[in-house]
Amino acid sequence: MEKTVALIALFAALIAALGLIPKVTLAFGVPVTAQSLGVMLCGTILGSKRGALATLLFLLLVAIGLPLLSGGRGGLGLFVSPSAGFLIGWPVAAFFTGLIVEKWRSASLAVVGGVASIIGGIIVMYVFGIIGMSITLEKSLTEATALVTAFIPGDIIKAVIAGMLTAALAKARPASVLSRYEPADAV
Amino acid sequence: MISLTSPIRTRAHNWPAGAKLLSLCVATAVLFAIKDVPAQVLVFALVIALYTIPGRDFLAAGFRQLRLLWPFVLIVGLWHLWTGEFALGASVVLRMLSAVGLANLVTMTTRLSDMIDVVKAVTVPLRWFGLSSRVLEFAIALVIRLTPVLVERGGQLSQSWKARSRKAPNWRIILPFTVLALDDADYVAEALRARGGFNTKEDT
Repeated sequence: MEKTVALIALFAALIAALGLIPKVTLAFGVPVTAQSLGVMLCGTILGSKRGALATLLFLLLVAIGLPLLSGGRGGLGLFVSPSAGFLIGWPVAAFFTGLIVEKWRSASLAVVGGVASIIGGIIVMYVFGIIGMSITLEKSLTEATALVTAFIPGDIIKAVIAGMLTAALAKARPASVLSRYEPADAV
Repeated sequence: MISLTSPIRTRAHNWPAGAKLLSLCVATAVLFAIKDVPAQVLVFALVIALYTIPGRDFLAAGFRQLRLLWPFVLIVGLWHLWTGEFALGASVVLRMLSAVGLANLVTMTTRLSDMIDVVKAVTVPLRWFGLSSRVLEFAIALVIRLTPVLVERGGQLSQSWKARSRKAPNWRIILPFTVLALDDADYVAEALRARGGFNTKEDT
């Protein structure tokens, strides 16, 4: 129990710390932040349940007014803004990313981690994000999709990095990739 | 850690946080139900009026928070200029500004401790399922304490990188960064266990 709580809290703090890495701007002017990489890593490293709980804890802290999102953003306003869907999708994204890594064991972890991050961290997250944007901006789902496609290349890069990092971590510390290895006192 | 609560004391700081959050939910639902532009203009004017009551500094801080929405205002504005649906565009932009403005207002006038009290109250039903809400409170405190620690670690890692390479530190430092976080989780868990752990059975 203590280990699980410490891991969830540490990964919530890790997402916050990744928010301080300065954003990179892609060739066509779209900013990319490292925070959604943190969401993917929560899933690939912590697994489905713990990964989802870590992102949920992070969002709770943002909601109660801590400026933990990249650019020092925070507060309740974000949860009614056009990008609210993406935030609400974080725990679900981490859950599916973790679930895929837990279940799919036949390929190398780098590939599984990358594909899981694309399915969970991009497809699932964008479904939530696009629905949120379509509601707040009164656009059709197709129009809302058109508004966010520019961010997909940056997210694919992050998914590949998440897969590579997870595989590297499994080599360095096999016991730390909890989506594949159950510690003795896990919930 | 500095929360987004405004240091400018307002009367709303003393209102119960739960009531403010509930009114915010109702207000947001009403905002999404209003379709005509004059009503949206009226609501937005009301939101600005609420921000002006505590003074100019509070209003300026509120505007700074709303500035984050400018890309959406620009995109929606251009979109509706192009399609010619000016009324719909104005309504969407005004509603977005009012909804985010009202939510920020609650954040700015509610202390972190009051928000945590609401979280405590809301999570009481967890006890019916045998889960202690104290674990959640503890996890919140742990994140608040550990974020600056991890940020400092990240800074040290990026300095070590800079001392060894001419290139800027990139995603490669995220691996040692994650390893450090996992090590910290081990130490924290051990320290918690040494102090008796959560004793969840006694709490519930």
